[in-house]
This record gives sequence, C-alpha cells and structure tokens, in this order.
Amino acid sequence: MKKILCIVLSAVIAMSCAVLFAGCGGESAGEINVFNWGEYFADGSDGTVDVIARFEEETGIKVNVTTFETNEELYNLLSTSNSSYDVVFPSDYMVEKLISEKLVQKLDYSKIPNYNKVIKRFRNMPYDPKGEYSVPYSWNVTGLVYNKTMVKNIPDDWDGLWDESLKGQLLMFNNSRDAYAIAMQQCGITPDTFTKADIDKATEKLKAQKPLLKKYVMDQTFIEMENSQSAMAPYYAGDIYTMMTNNEDLVGVLPKSGSNLFVDSMCIPKSAQNVEGALKFINFMTDPEISAANMDYITYASPVEGAKELIDEDVAGSELVYPPDEYLDKCYTFRNVDEDVYSYMQEQFVKVMS
Amino acid sequence: MKKLSKLYTALIIFFMYMPIIVLVIFSFNDGKTTVWKGFTLKWYADLFRDSQIMSALWNTLLVAVLASAIATVIGTMAAIGINNFSGKKRLLLQNMSNISILSPDVVTGVSLMLMFTIAGVAFHFQMGFWTVLLAHITFCTPFVVLSVLPRIRHMDYSLYEAALDLGCNQWQAFRKVVVHELMPGIFTGFLMSFTYSLDDFVITYFTRGASFQTLSIQIYTMTHQRISPKINALSALMFVVIIVLMVIINVKDRKAEKRMGE
Repeated sequence: MKKILCIVLSAVIAMSCAVLFAGCGGESAGEINVFNWGEYFADGSDGTVDVIARFEEETGIKVNVTTFETNEELYNLLSTSNSSYDVVFPSDYMVEKLISEKLVQKLDYSKIPNYNKVIKRFRNMPYDPKGEYSVPYSWNVTGLVYNKTMVKNIPDDWDGLWDESLKGQLLMFNNSRDAYAIAMQQCGITPDTFTKADIDKATEKLKAQKPLLKKYVMDQTFIEMENSQSAMAPYYAGDIYTMMTNNEDLVGVLPKSGSNLFVDSMCIPKSAQNVEGALKFINFMTDPEISAANMDYITYASPVEGAKELIDEDVAGSELVYPPDEYLDKCYTFRNVDEDVYSYMQEQFVKVMS
Repeated sequence: MKKLSKLYTALIIFFMYMPIIVLVIFSFNDGKTTVWKGFTLKWYADLFRDSQIMSALWNTLLVAVLASAIATVIGTMAAIGINNFSGKKRLLLQNMSNISILSPDVVTGVSLMLMFTIAGVAFHFQMGFWTVLLAHITFCTPFVVLSVLPRIRHMDYSLYEAALDLGCNQWQAFRKVVVHELMPGIFTGFLMSFTYSLDDFVITYFTRGASFQTLSIQIYTMTHQRISPKINALSALMFVVIIVLMVIINVKDRKAEKRMGE
C-alpha cells in the first residue's frame, strides 16, 4: 500500500515537472492565453475540426484556453487581476466598454489578412466605429420560439410574450439586458442605449408581464421548450434552431419589429504578452473554413465571407441562424451604457423578479 | 414500525442516488438534450478526443494529488507541533487553524487573488498552476490538522518512549510508532483534502490566472451554450472510479481486520 502510494506520487511529480518544463521550454513560437466563452470552439466531435489542435499544429504556438460565462466576468478579470490574456472574446457593448477604459489595444490589421474576408456589415460596427480594436467572431439575433400544439394566437412579434391566454406557460430571459431590450421595444424605445427614464417605462412593462410568466430562465429554456413544458420563450435564434431539431412542434420566429443583433468579437488586451501570436490566432479564426467549423459547432452565424457556403446546408439555409439582410436592417446592437444606468437596470430587474 | 424505517431508508437512498443514476443514463443518450433519442457511446468517445476537457481533467487531478499530499505532510507536522504546546497557546493555534476552515471560500479566494496580484506585480510572476496549487495547499492543510489532532490526543505517549528504550532512534520511533498510530487520521485528512481540492470552484476561480483551467470552471462556463453530454460521460466515469476505489479500500480493511482477529 505505502509502496504503491510512493510510486504513484513520484510518478505524478515527475510527470508534472515534465509538463511544466515542456511548457516553459525552448519552443520559440511560445504560447498564447485565450479567454473565451465556454463551448465556443469546435472541438473535433461529430466530425468537426478541432480548431485549437489545428492552430497549434500549423503554427507551433501552444494555446491555453480558459473560459468565462458572462461579459461582466470577463471585464472583472481583465480589469483587476494581473493575468495577461492575449486574445479575449467580448460581445459588442463590452468591446466598447473595454475600448473606453483602455483595456484593449489597437490591432495591426496588416497581420490579419483574412480581415478582408469579413463581411462589410460587420466591420466598423457602432461599438468600434473606426474598426481599430476588434475582429468579429460570430453573430446572431434574438428571436421567439413557440410550441405550435400549445399556442393559438400565432405570434409575429414580441407582444406574444404578453399573451394572456398563455398565462403560466411563458418564459422570459433571466438576464437584465436582454429582458429590458424586449420590454423597451414594446414601449417604442430602441434599446441600444437608454436612460433611467427608459428603464422605468420598461420596468412597468415587465411588471405587467410577470403574472403571466412561468419563470425567468437562461439555458433552462432548452429543457423547457424541448420537452414541451412551456409554450413560448425568447432566446438566441441559433439556439432556437437547435431546439427545433430536437422537437418538431417548435417554431422559431424573428419578431417583425426587429431584435438584438449581437456580435462576439476578438480583441487583444493591453496586457497581452504575445501580440504576434494573438494576431496569428485571430487571423486563423477568421479563415472561412475554420470559421465555418466553429459556427457549425455553436450554430451562430459567421461574419466571414465564404464560410456560410461551407456550413451544413440546413443550418445555412435557416433564417434563424442567418437572418436575411432586410431583417438585419431592422435590428439594433447593444452599446455601452454608463455604469450607474447599468446597475440601476440590474437593481430594477431584481425587483421585478422578486 | 420496521416497515416504516425500511421505507425511510429506501427514500433517503433514492434521493441521494437518483440524480447520479439519471446522469449516468443520459450519458448514453443519443442527443444533446433531456429527450431520449436512443443508446450511444459517442459521448465517451468524444470525451477522450476533447483536448480541452482532457487537459482540464489532468490539471484538476494534478493539483488535487499534489495539494493533498503536500497538505498532508504540512498538516501532520502542524498537528504534532500544536499538540506539544499547552494551555492558551495551543488553543490559540488550534483556533487559528480552524478559522480558515470556517471562513467562506469567497473571502479566501478574493484575498488570495489580491495577494497574488500584488506579489505578482512586485516579483514579476503571473497567476497560474503554482498559485492554484499554493491556494489549494492553503485551504487543505487545516482539514488535515483537524483530522490528525484528536488521534494524537488519544495516542499513548509512553509507546514512543518505549520504542526509544527498545533501541529505536528518534526518527525510527517517530516513523514506526507515531506515524503508524496516526495513520487513520492522516489518511482521512488526505482523503478530505483530495475531495475538497477536486471539487473546489470558488478559490480556483480567483487564483487560476490566464493559462490554467480546472474541470469545475470548465463545466461552469459551459452553461452559456449548454452543458455538453460529454460531462455526463465524464461524471459517470468518475463515479464508477470512486465506487471501485471504495470497494477496494473496504475489501482491504476487511482482510486486515480478519488478520487482526487471527
């Protein structure tokens, strides 16, 4: 028993030393630290490409992937800890916030030749108007999903979520920004930026909705809708497409008054230590074939020209994953709002929910 | 009455194990959801192909083994040291060790992050494997102290003196008598440290830095998309490994008891 323990321990220590020294050892290409959403790279399952392994093979750069769950989490770690991330994946409004607080650096686009393949619409977005700091990774819109066996008044807009006849069967975003965006649209406010007065109006709308709701959820929406336990829910349209493949009774709708076009982007923080490697990584992720592999995996849309054609035909043909241009013209993209307005919204949302 | 007590036991066991059984069943589900779509082993195959999960698993095990082994050594030494004090001093030391068990993980995590960040700026290092390991040793050590101390108190000190009288030098007497007597406590301390280190989320979250990720964080951040069934497969495997380990330990104990009986 003791001998076995000794052997196991010494083996572990020896192997860990080997791993650590291999990490800091001679490889000139070095390593980069990537900070991304969880489950956001194609990982080689179901015949997809393992994009990280491919990048390491092609460039010899070792990639350390760590993951976060919300933009705010990303912001906190970037602004407080002294860890040096080389590539981060903030969403639209967070890109703007990081730029305004000087936490990210200007990119050398000459080192990202694939940037030429980024569709025009997704360059110079309002959150990075001159296109100096970010390269888009994925985009999609919010939408509505309903169960056709349970819903009588077929919804074509967000007001479906205020349908009295579905009392107790409706779901709502458990995420202040998304929930308020829907409520503000109902009040005739465009929710890219807003004031406290706008929040108050939307709060009333949300309070009116609350008695009709079953609950406030995020990823639980998948379970609720796929098992036909709820009648209607707002969610991200690409995910709605996934739900529909798992339950034939589900129908996805792009609300006619427009919705939130969100873009997750790649940026390089000021504190990055391997900027060359980071630029190579961003360029690699913007390659049509790689972008197609990633988007196939997460079922959001690719901002890279030529990627859509490489994606599974059913996915690429879906209006939910790739809403048509005319629809996108009706959409808005979140902008950064002042800290105190943002926290006011969060406080109000907590009050609504409780 | 007897039936009632049986029913009660059955219910408790049902509620304890049902979630795990459900998880194991769905690790064989051909589909990413809670809708049953037929039997498959593909999640197990995908699991071993997924380099991110595998490296997170390796990191988790590495930290758990090293942290619990080091904490066991430090904790045992500390317990023996604390026992040698008497009166108020001992009480003080013992409570100082216990307080860090009682303080919330968030407090420990944030304070460690602050300390490592400040130290990192001063001495030019980044948070990563070493800071996570140090943090885990820090929160594991008090558990070892806690489980070894009562054993020492019940140990007969004259055994140690007898060993010296019979020709052992101090090191031999310590190793063969003291450590042998304390072994059950040391082992419990080791196991406790190991499990705490294995499933720690909060403290790792704050001290991990930019290049190091463990399994608990990997799984937590998956909920943005949705938790992959690969995790079900991984959890099922871990559960099976734990059961096998428990059985082996129990069988060994039984055998040892029998030998003692003879």
